[in-house]
Amino acid sequence: MKSLKQILNTINTYVKKFFAIMKKPLSMVIFVVSIFIILLILIESNAFSRYFTTLIILILVMIVMSTSLNIATGFLGQLHLGHAAFMGIGAYTASLIALALEDSITNPLLLFILSTIVAMIVAGIASLLVGTPALRLRGDYLGIMTLGFGEIVKTMITNLKDITNGAQGLYGIPRIMDFPIAYWTTVLVVLVIYLFMNSRHGRAIISIKEDEIASESVGINITKYKLLGFVLASMFAAVGGAMFAFRIGFLAPVNFNFLKSVEIFVIVILGGMGSLSGSIVASIVLVSLPEILRSLEDYRFLLYSTLLIVMMLFRPQGLLGHKE
Amino acid sequence: MSVLKIENLSIQFGGLKAVDQVNIDIQRGELVGLIGPNGAGKTTIFNMLTGVYVPTDGHIFLKGEKITGKKPNEIVMLGSSRTFQNIRLFKNMTVLDNIKIAYHNHMTYHYFDTIFKTSKYSKEEQEANAYAQSLLKVFDLDKFASEKAKNLPYGAQRKLEIARALATKPEILLLDEPAAGMNPTETEGLMATIKKVKKDFDISVLLIEHDMKLVMGICERIYVVDYGKVIATGSPNEIKRNPDVIKAYLGE
Repeated sequence: MKSLKQILNTINTYVKKFFAIMKKPLSMVIFVVSIFIILLILIESNAFSRYFTTLIILILVMIVMSTSLNIATGFLGQLHLGHAAFMGIGAYTASLIALALEDSITNPLLLFILSTIVAMIVAGIASLLVGTPALRLRGDYLGIMTLGFGEIVKTMITNLKDITNGAQGLYGIPRIMDFPIAYWTTVLVVLVIYLFMNSRHGRAIISIKEDEIASESVGINITKYKLLGFVLASMFAAVGGAMFAFRIGFLAPVNFNFLKSVEIFVIVILGGMGSLSGSIVASIVLVSLPEILRSLEDYRFLLYSTLLIVMMLFRPQGLLGHKE
Repeated sequence: MSVLKIENLSIQFGGLKAVDQVNIDIQRGELVGLIGPNGAGKTTIFNMLTGVYVPTDGHIFLKGEKITGKKPNEIVMLGSSRTFQNIRLFKNMTVLDNIKIAYHNHMTYHYFDTIFKTSKYSKEEQEANAYAQSLLKVFDLDKFASEKAKNLPYGAQRKLEIARALATKPEILLLDEPAAGMNPTETEGLMATIKKVKKDFDISVLLIEHDMKLVMGICERIYVVDYGKVIATGSPNEIKRNPDVIKAYLGE
């Protein structure tokens, strides 16, 4: 027990040192670029199999999903249990657009950007429609409403057979998502969220989590900023969905069910509410763990809940706390 | 010129008339107290002034503009700001950020500026930092600037709340029981702070308070409410001698 504590303490000091170095933008750029180069070399030289590359991209998708949910849950402090639905809306919209434009646009990057932007807009409008009534509710009620919305989206995708091919799934989606596009999209999303959270708008969002009434009494339009946080989270979820669709090339409604929402939610809680670096680390751990422990299959949910309980007991502030 | 004018303000919760035909008039630069026994309707009046409750009858004018029915954040932007009976700070944020949030509406940069870190963004953020620092200095809180608000001692939290309310640049400050939970020494410090704020920032102050020493010590004029009605108004000395007030507080 004692040695475990020592190890944890050493890790803690290193994490602190790491964040101290990363405070400088230049060191952050060097860090991000060198990770990219290392991974790219490993992939291009076939040191990583195709399966492993896909795993890395799935981790990147999860990073986009968890950092975006962090806006609504971690920073804004709302219980949002339907994040996968917006991922689904994004994935299906982007795929359908890409399928329609596939022949006229041959550049994969352009195709990705175009379809993703449309996906973001559609997801944004959907979240505006849901968010306007939903954000009047608090706590558990909002959780139930977003959960219900998630199920509605899933059912709609299943039943709109002419457009989405129903439960059989949508296939033949161009597989244009290679590692560099996925990596830089993820970096861009995280960067935008980070910059946004460090502005007056971001502060306004955080203040709503801290104390809604106080926030209102210093002149923050809480309706506007709640909606903004919610819409922003959903728009970035659409990016995650598009990345997922263009890698796997096949979409089925079950990909975006309640369990997916919970999975993202768990990652946000594990990484720490309001901690972007925590979400990133938790995404890496929780996406790769089930692959490493492949034989466990559905028992990974057992693992999740155990992890959650252990975390709540020993590190309620999340993996990395608020060091960033 | 009156900064805040309340005309025939009433609110009814079901069969209960919590506030009944109240008239209050506060001039520029005045320090006015609002007192009354428990349950008299003081905080209810405050909640109507700040837009939390919508009055069933009557009007409120802020600098001549009608604010009845407006949302709390809109009223703040028109120049009225408040503190709370039970301190409501942004506990997990730094003291500096607490002030900067209240400064939100005085910054104009847009989403575009945040993502591209334009010069407008950096300029306004620097301005906000400098302003927040100078405001903290007035309250002797600058040494806590990077501390989390929840880690401050009680008296300092009270001061921070007043500082935060001032960061919205109000013309009238509404203080809801600022001395609640303070010991006599802290209360004296608070009295000095309120006087200083009124003078330095050139604003009107309306305060609810149970601490008679504080109210009688600094208020220029006092309104006494009981059962939702104003039963007396005047200078502290007049109030002390008013038989209606004595009756409301001590019974017959």
